[in-house]
Amino acid sequence: MSFVKLTASTLAIAAVSATAAAARDNVQVAGSSTVLPYASIVAEAFGENFDFPTPVVESGGSSAGLKRFCEGVGENTIDVANASRKIKDTEIAACAEAGVTDIVEVRIGYDGIVFASDINGNGFEFTPTHWYKALSDKIVVDGAVVENTATMWNEIDPALPAQEIQAFVPGTKHGTREVFEDKVILAGCEETGDFEVFKASMGDDKKAAEKACIALRTDGRSVDIDGDYTETLARIEANRDGIGVFGLAFYENNTDKLQVATMSGVVPSTESIATGEYPVSRPLYFYIKKAHIGVIPGLKEYAEFFVADEIAGPDGPLAAYGLVSDPELADTQAAVAAESTMN
Amino acid sequence: MTDATANPTPPSAHSGSLLVQDKLTKKRNAAEARFKLYGLTAVSLGILALVLLLASILSNGLSSFQQTFVSLDVELVEAKLDKNGNRNIDDIKKVSTFGYAPLIKAAVEKAIADGGIEIEGLTAKDAAGIVSKDAPAQLRNYVIANPEKIGTTINFNLLANGRIDGYQKGRVTKESAELDSNVSPEQLMLADALKENGTLVKRFNWGFITRPDASENRPEAAGLGVAILGSLYMMMVVLVLALPIGVAASIYLEEFAPKNRWTDLIEVNISNLAAVPSIVFGILGLAIFINFAGLPQSAPIVGGLVLTLMTLPTIIIATRASLKSVPPSIRDAALGVGASKMQSVLHHVLPLAAPGILTGTIIGLAQALGETAPLLLIGMVAFVREYPSAPPEGFFDPASALPVQVYNWTQRADPAFVERASGAIIVLLIFLVFMNAVAIMLRRRFERRW
Repeated sequence: MSFVKLTASTLAIAAVSATAAAARDNVQVAGSSTVLPYASIVAEAFGENFDFPTPVVESGGSSAGLKRFCEGVGENTIDVANASRKIKDTEIAACAEAGVTDIVEVRIGYDGIVFASDINGNGFEFTPTHWYKALSDKIVVDGAVVENTATMWNEIDPALPAQEIQAFVPGTKHGTREVFEDKVILAGCEETGDFEVFKASMGDDKKAAEKACIALRTDGRSVDIDGDYTETLARIEANRDGIGVFGLAFYENNTDKLQVATMSGVVPSTESIATGEYPVSRPLYFYIKKAHIGVIPGLKEYAEFFVADEIAGPDGPLAAYGLVSDPELADTQAAVAAESTMN
Repeated sequence: MTDATANPTPPSAHSGSLLVQDKLTKKRNAAEARFKLYGLTAVSLGILALVLLLASILSNGLSSFQQTFVSLDVELVEAKLDKNGNRNIDDIKKVSTFGYAPLIKAAVEKAIADGGIEIEGLTAKDAAGIVSKDAPAQLRNYVIANPEKIGTTINFNLLANGRIDGYQKGRVTKESAELDSNVSPEQLMLADALKENGTLVKRFNWGFITRPDASENRPEAAGLGVAILGSLYMMMVVLVLALPIGVAASIYLEEFAPKNRWTDLIEVNISNLAAVPSIVFGILGLAIFINFAGLPQSAPIVGGLVLTLMTLPTIIIATRASLKSVPPSIRDAALGVGASKMQSVLHHVLPLAAPGILTGTIIGLAQALGETAPLLLIGMVAFVREYPSAPPEGFFDPASALPVQVYNWTQRADPAFVERASGAIIVLLIFLVFMNAVAIMLRRRFERRW
């Protein structure tokens, strides 16, 4: 009977599974989709130049990656988590509970967040205030908290072009959203002094005031994009009035379709972000399980290779792709070499 | 009495002539014509959607099967590749791909000088930029495989940079290059000049089918090799597991099981299972196969097991339907001449139901082949560059899958990946059409009607 044979081969596979599942010889990486392109560039070069197999890199977001990172120690857990933000205390606690105690934190560089619109449309010169006044759900007018009803950019500031307000911002699952809220909307809220008004009206509750500042409009002027930057780009191509929030690297790969807006008078570029002039940027990290170093072949070599000058330095392929190289890269290299863990 | 049937009863007085339709008949005929029109509209809408889909995929993706190559004479300088001159493979391996980049730069410069090409404003760095960033790796692999060739000049067929390739395919123009920070009009002029003297050619790209995925820096080097192998391995696992389990379950339920509340319950559950969203099976796979059973992540075995769970209900339903369609007289005849119940099923019913079972299985497999959602949770939506080894060990190596590759490529920043993604869809569609054609062929060839 043919299916008897098939069943027999199934059993054979099951038997092999017991032996083959034992050893993993490739590094497993997961996490932030912002770090993914950099990690895949490094993984590719690592596979080419070393005798170790190319690491497997998954995306899925910083939080999802760190959650899997904290599942425990062992060969069927990931070795490295990429993150576009620092690991949270709650996550460190969750890690410790699962037995992941020694974590090596590696900062690979900085990523700029840029505002870009269609190349044939109007150019913009923004300040955080503009964005706060355009997108915050409630704003303060003459000392009173009112619904935001602005429809045109030039209503907010006559210096801006007469164009409908239509913004495509990253959805809440993205690490980019947090940076956008903190460094643009909240900064604008504080700049205008509205923050104090919110705080006063909420009984001096700072947290609640912050929340009120960063609550975005829900009347369709601000659209959350849960997908990747490619979706934001497609939305802008469909709606020429749209302004999207992008990573610097994505913009640099699509300069023939997008024009970038200045923020507080500074044009975003790897240089202006490195010097700190351009305000909207954030560090990128990856986290290594120290317990896996020496168990998974190539893990330490991968980490060292990632932060090596020829990769993460200002002339390396990561900088060419859009990563803002870390001026303190030498310290990071030393920390990786010494496997110094976080406390 | 033939003319009696040929001549219908004479029309009654009130319906009038046969040749002139009365009001009611006209209304009925009009309703029929309208109904046909609705049907036709529905069919043409369907066809239109298909044509639009195919046209957009083909127009975007067909070009991915062509790739631009640059043929360069590269001097493998001994001083750079083997400083000690002893051809020790370990020393040669110490030279990283970064050490090979200058060789390519020199080769491009030489090609420009030899061709007598002069382009104003073209820097040496830009000139070298028309060759893919994958080229140093190609050179390094060659040198490691043939260390004796160090010191000689070898002709290499190197991939051209993605933007130059885009220019050959009309995706990049001199106007867009003005605005593009990754390519300059001078580089395009150089590409034109090299094309004229035959150094730069566009030809069929086997690499798209055989090569592994590549990072965002080199879309021109990205291929489907790992994804095709991963999908193939998963389908093997699904076939080997789902077919016997599914057929055994349906034979038992259809032929042997008593009809009671339990079997009814099982039946309802199987139908329900067929409608469960596939991501649910992914969650199950993560919990059971990876976290509990300790199987590796990103491995085709886990993907195959998850897809087996997803395909089983389809196969069981199809198998039961084809078992049901075998007339009871066959069973009765077999039992009548003294066959046991098992003999009647295995010798008579099952062979007659086989075409239907196979069709159902193939359709189930085709469905599984296009599935991405459950693979998301078990780590197969990943950047994988290593080919999995031959089965059975290969089932446990990390791999990607065809639909996953499409999903991954659509998320990349470089516009060249749009073309790759459409190309991958074409490959996936070819697989699906092939599988469905086999299913139809089996049905046509072996199906029996009673």
